Amino acid sequence: MLLSIKDLAVEVDGKIILNGLSLDIKSGEVHAVMGPNGAGKSTLSYVLAGKPGYEVVSGSAELDGVDILSLEPEERAALGLFLAYQYPVEIPGVNMTTFLKVAVNALRKARGQDELNSLDMLKLIKKKQQSLGISDDMLKRSVNTGFSGGEKKRNEVFQMAMLEPKLAIMDETDSGLDIDALKAVSDGVNALRAEDRSFLIITHYQRLLDYIKPDIVHVLSGGKIVRTGGPELALELENKGYAEFIEDAA
Amino acid sequence: MSRIDANTIETVKSLEKYEAGFVTDIESEKAPKGLNEDIVRFISAKKNEPEWMLEYRLKAFRHWLTMPEPDWSKVNFPKIDYQDAYYYAAPKMTDRPNSLDEVDPKLLETYEKLGIPLREQEMLAGVAVDAVFDSVSVATTFKDKLKKEGIIFCSISDAIADYPDLVKKYMGSVVPYHDNKHACLNSAVFTDGSFVYIPEGVRCPMELSTYFRINELNTGQFERTLIIADKGSYVSYLEGCTAPMRDERQLHAAVVELITHDDAEIKYSTVQNWFPGDENGKGGIYNFVTKRGLCEGKNSKISWTQVETGSAVTWKYPSCVLKGENSQGEFYSVAITNNYQQADTGTKMIHIGKNTRSRIIAKGISAGNSDSTYRGQVKILPGAENARNFTQCDSLLIGNNCGAHTVPYIECKNPGANLEHEATTSKISDDQLFYCQQRGISEEDALALIVNGFCRDVMQHLPMEFAVEAQKLVGISLEGSVG
Repeated sequence: MLLSIKDLAVEVDGKIILNGLSLDIKSGEVHAVMGPNGAGKSTLSYVLAGKPGYEVVSGSAELDGVDILSLEPEERAALGLFLAYQYPVEIPGVNMTTFLKVAVNALRKARGQDELNSLDMLKLIKKKQQSLGISDDMLKRSVNTGFSGGEKKRNEVFQMAMLEPKLAIMDETDSGLDIDALKAVSDGVNALRAEDRSFLIITHYQRLLDYIKPDIVHVLSGGKIVRTGGPELALELENKGYAEFIEDAA
Repeated sequence: MSRIDANTIETVKSLEKYEAGFVTDIESEKAPKGLNEDIVRFISAKKNEPEWMLEYRLKAFRHWLTMPEPDWSKVNFPKIDYQDAYYYAAPKMTDRPNSLDEVDPKLLETYEKLGIPLREQEMLAGVAVDAVFDSVSVATTFKDKLKKEGIIFCSISDAIADYPDLVKKYMGSVVPYHDNKHACLNSAVFTDGSFVYIPEGVRCPMELSTYFRINELNTGQFERTLIIADKGSYVSYLEGCTAPMRDERQLHAAVVELITHDDAEIKYSTVQNWFPGDENGKGGIYNFVTKRGLCEGKNSKISWTQVETGSAVTWKYPSCVLKGENSQGEFYSVAITNNYQQADTGTKMIHIGKNTRSRIIAKGISAGNSDSTYRGQVKILPGAENARNFTQCDSLLIGNNCGAHTVPYIECKNPGANLEHEATTSKISDDQLFYCQQRGISEEDALALIVNGFCRDVMQHLPMEFAVEAQKLVGISLEGSVG
């Protein structure tokens, strides 16, 4: 099992958001977590990545058999966890190339690999950049600063390609994207699908799953997984909406 | 709950982080403690100075007694007891050494430990160094090579002896002895410093550099730097400073004067890393410095770049007097304060000549309980037709207990002038730090990365060799400001 979450309860500002959530993801699988607004979808992604302010009340989460909930965010990243943000953060003054260099080498160092020199780093960037259609101009600009919504999301996928995670969590990647951008981002993700890489795709709409085909679909409501099924579950939700699950959870 | 807020004050281990904080155990010769006319005479006599120099010192000292302490800056510190310090300390040497082989190996070791090798064969290519230890210059490298170009690079003491006409003509011409209390004290008791003269049409082939080190306890350091760029010449000069860690406050009051003639350019860079005091604000250097450049000739240019990370209290305004037509002044500054440091720093751009231009980029970073103020004056005199100034002041706050202030003074007496002022204040957010950490970058490294990004516009004006060092220093000086 790559990711194993058991009975996870999480509090934010004194309020229980996740309440007994369990979820298992095998290596190479693509899981989708769908759910209504306020179900705890983003909380799930943040607590796994280690964002401060998300208090674990009980339960556990293991990545590759390692309990990650007590680790620093960068240690979780070193274990292979990557979070593609719903709203990527702007860092003025730090250009993308520098940011990637520092991040890639920090991860390599933590994983006991040699750091890449500038030339090798540039080669790696070029290679990944071409396959994702990232312009040279974007690499010169400050991290996410002045990027359009579509550029920001593509940039997240680009970082994912550079950092080669074992588990990529995608938090509402489809929000705010037009159909062309959605397709471009999905193509990027599909190209990264591999036997040793799993995805946890968090989304409100079925639309994204037309492009990134999940193996398993979960419904998150009221802070826990209330139903699990195959790709057909997403279509059912698209037709019926989340109403019955909201009632169930309540 | 923000991590920054919770832990800013509890910076730990910062005592171990100031890597230059060691003391060299070397025998030294000191003047008696205290300050009076006899001490001034003692210093002058120690240096075998001519009568005119002693007269200048005494004139300054008598005037100093009548001057009030400047009280307009936004810094707070206990009144300085001028009688409770030594004004002259020199490592014991029989004579001024003629070559590095005659320099006490302990001194050479000190500089090596600081990463400043004085042995010429070990030097970074293209950097000549003058090393000032407490009150005296201990070694100046590459002197002979420079001499072939007609360039004079020596200690100010040597210059007074060997080039009295140049010193007499220029010393005090930009910063008169009565300019302000600290400059006046310096004029009376200055002990050493560097002197540079670049002859007409010469482009100095290497970076010139002075390295200041305070070693002795309770000793003030009062260095004096004078750089003259004759017509059509160019020089890039760098100054670095460190001191051991001590509980007592130490005074450093320097004066730097720059003069550019027609078509000449001086680029002056400072990386200031005096001991900032410990995490509770104990000890540290009072850094009260008067730096001013005069663009005397037409088309001349003076550019100040400073990275200020050290000192308990900084009071410093490197300025340009733009007298020559078409002359240009630049000021690029990064000032970082952490723990209980206070910095009141900025510049003055005085436009006198026609078509004079100035550019100010000031970046202030405050962390811990520190306080940082940008104070800058742009003055356009009636004769300065078509004068232009652009000012940009950006402040970055880390945590909730620090302060950043911007105090611009703009005075314009010519209606044809064009002045621009931009200012921003921002805060490093927990979201930015977390974003970096999610990508595998540790919190401290993320902070250094973000702050260096914020300072980039200034850092790129530093000479290449020192930019890397300065970037590291940014990271080190902010260590412990998040937890």
